[in-house]
Amino acid sequence: MEKITLASQLLQYLITGVTIGSIYAMVAIGFNIIYNVTEIINLAQGEFVMLGGLVMVFFHAGAGIPILPAFPLTVVVVTLVGILLNLLAIRPIQKPSVLTLIIATIGASIVIKGTAMMIWGKDPYDLTPFSGRNPICFLGAVVQPQYFWVGGFLLVVVVLLTLFFEKTIVGKAMSACADNPTAASLVGINVKKMILLSFSLSAAIGAVAGIVLTPIALMDYNRGAMLAVKGFGAVVLGGLGSFPGAILGGLVLGTIESFGAGLLHSGYKDAFALIVLLAGLFLRPSGLLGSVEITKIKKF
Amino acid sequence: MLRIRKTPIALFAAIIIVFPWIARLIPAIKNYPDLLIFAGIYCLITIGLSLLMGFSGQISLGHAAFFGIGAYISGVLTVRYGFNPWVCMLIGAGFAAVVAVLVGLPSLKLRGHYLAMATLAFGIIVFIIFNEEVELTGGPDGMSGIPGLSLFGFAFDSMERYYYLVWFFVFTSFIFTVNVIQSRSGRALRAIHSSQEASMAMGVDVSRYKIGVFVYSAVIASLAGSLYAHYMNFINPSTFDVFFSIKLLIMISLGGMHDIWGAVIGSFLVTFLSFEWLHYFEEAEIIVYGVILLLVTIFMPNGLIGLPRIVLGWFRR
Repeated sequence: MEKITLASQLLQYLITGVTIGSIYAMVAIGFNIIYNVTEIINLAQGEFVMLGGLVMVFFHAGAGIPILPAFPLTVVVVTLVGILLNLLAIRPIQKPSVLTLIIATIGASIVIKGTAMMIWGKDPYDLTPFSGRNPICFLGAVVQPQYFWVGGFLLVVVVLLTLFFEKTIVGKAMSACADNPTAASLVGINVKKMILLSFSLSAAIGAVAGIVLTPIALMDYNRGAMLAVKGFGAVVLGGLGSFPGAILGGLVLGTIESFGAGLLHSGYKDAFALIVLLAGLFLRPSGLLGSVEITKIKKF
Repeated sequence: MLRIRKTPIALFAAIIIVFPWIARLIPAIKNYPDLLIFAGIYCLITIGLSLLMGFSGQISLGHAAFFGIGAYISGVLTVRYGFNPWVCMLIGAGFAAVVAVLVGLPSLKLRGHYLAMATLAFGIIVFIIFNEEVELTGGPDGMSGIPGLSLFGFAFDSMERYYYLVWFFVFTSFIFTVNVIQSRSGRALRAIHSSQEASMAMGVDVSRYKIGVFVYSAVIASLAGSLYAHYMNFINPSTFDVFFSIKLLIMISLGGMHDIWGAVIGSFLVTFLSFEWLHYFEEAEIIVYGVILLLVTIFMPNGLIGLPRIVLGWFRR
């Protein structure tokens, strides 16, 4: 009997870990989209997730709009914030360097965070799960229906992005910018537009992550920074710039965090992911799926 | 930039020395020496950081952690184990140096983003430790009863005495840093900033210099932390959170990161912003800081210290 409880508990940690890991994967994908086109690490990435959750709360719980229209509406609002971030904080910088771009995204992220605090206050908000709160029991582990939505949306994001990058002309143009911006602009690709597009895409994906996360973990104005750092942990683990790496990194990071908090020390829950981030940077900065050569060539 | 003149330093020192006497005469600025103690403590940290950011082109988002390490080692060792405060200060500095080597060694070999993210993660981990190790640190409630400092029976027990002590530390590290900037090492650092490859080709040991600067900045941040703890007699983790690291970044960007005077100006301004001028905004002050950071990055990449040159440029045109 004892043994079964332990096994089901481990299964529980795994399920929770994969779910939260899917969120980190989405944040990591957002990082990579912007990084690939611009070589910027957008430290405001986590604020998109926070905004996704809180704007959804405003539309759905506050204004009473049903989920189906509220969802895309939220994504549009957060995407606009992403566009504004690019236009107001990144584009006006005259001599962009790694240092100034990091500082600019930090500045933007605390402006977004502060504004969110003014609008929503400091209290965390809940959101009704999309298909109720009746948990499903699976081999002794409890699975919230919302977990399926999280995993499902990660899948949707991945499929749509793959189609976008491989089948559409705009997507291919964006990959070209990622490869070589100078050459891309020579063949007539508007690099500035592509950068704008990369920020909107990242913001949209962040918003989706925030919307599906809020029913599980609540949302408040202060969550962005931690989500960004953990998402970056997933990026480092998978290899900067690699999309399969981002997904793998996110899932691994979520699982490690969940097991660490469950088995070792719950107070250090947030520290586990960060220790993995540091260990990843130190031991294999190119990541699990990134190539060592690219890490050396890239400008950062 | 290479030559840092001595007259402004002497003038600045003279102003700092006579300031408490002037403040005593004018009621409106009676509490300013207290503010200048904090400005001095921030100056200590930003002088090291400006060497790191402005001269070796690296960015740290975790210096609040080194500041906290100094404060907590001083606090824990004096309160729980009854150590001599000065010994604690040295232990804290030594510990900060070791930690800086461990964090810096791998991530400084890489460039740009990696040190930023590694130090950010490191800062959050240290913050979590301050909160979780309740038996040692008192957890989120903080720890009180940290003794003041005294030397050979002379207690730094009044605000003015502590003021002079803090500023003694600031000027010592200021002058030391200026000497570093003007030495062979300073030239090497600037070379690394403009081109890592070229300086490597010229025989500059890039990683050694970068780690040296990182460790130096960590050590003086830790000293500043000890000074803070012994002045406040109370510490709690929220002083050492990530936002404080960002505030340090704001000080340096606002003042100007390519000049050591920029660090001083930025520290003064942010001290007055947070203790005096931003009271009306209350919790919205974070937006003000964000806007400052953005505006400075976009319109004044060289900070306030670069402003006279921009203005002169308009006239010459």
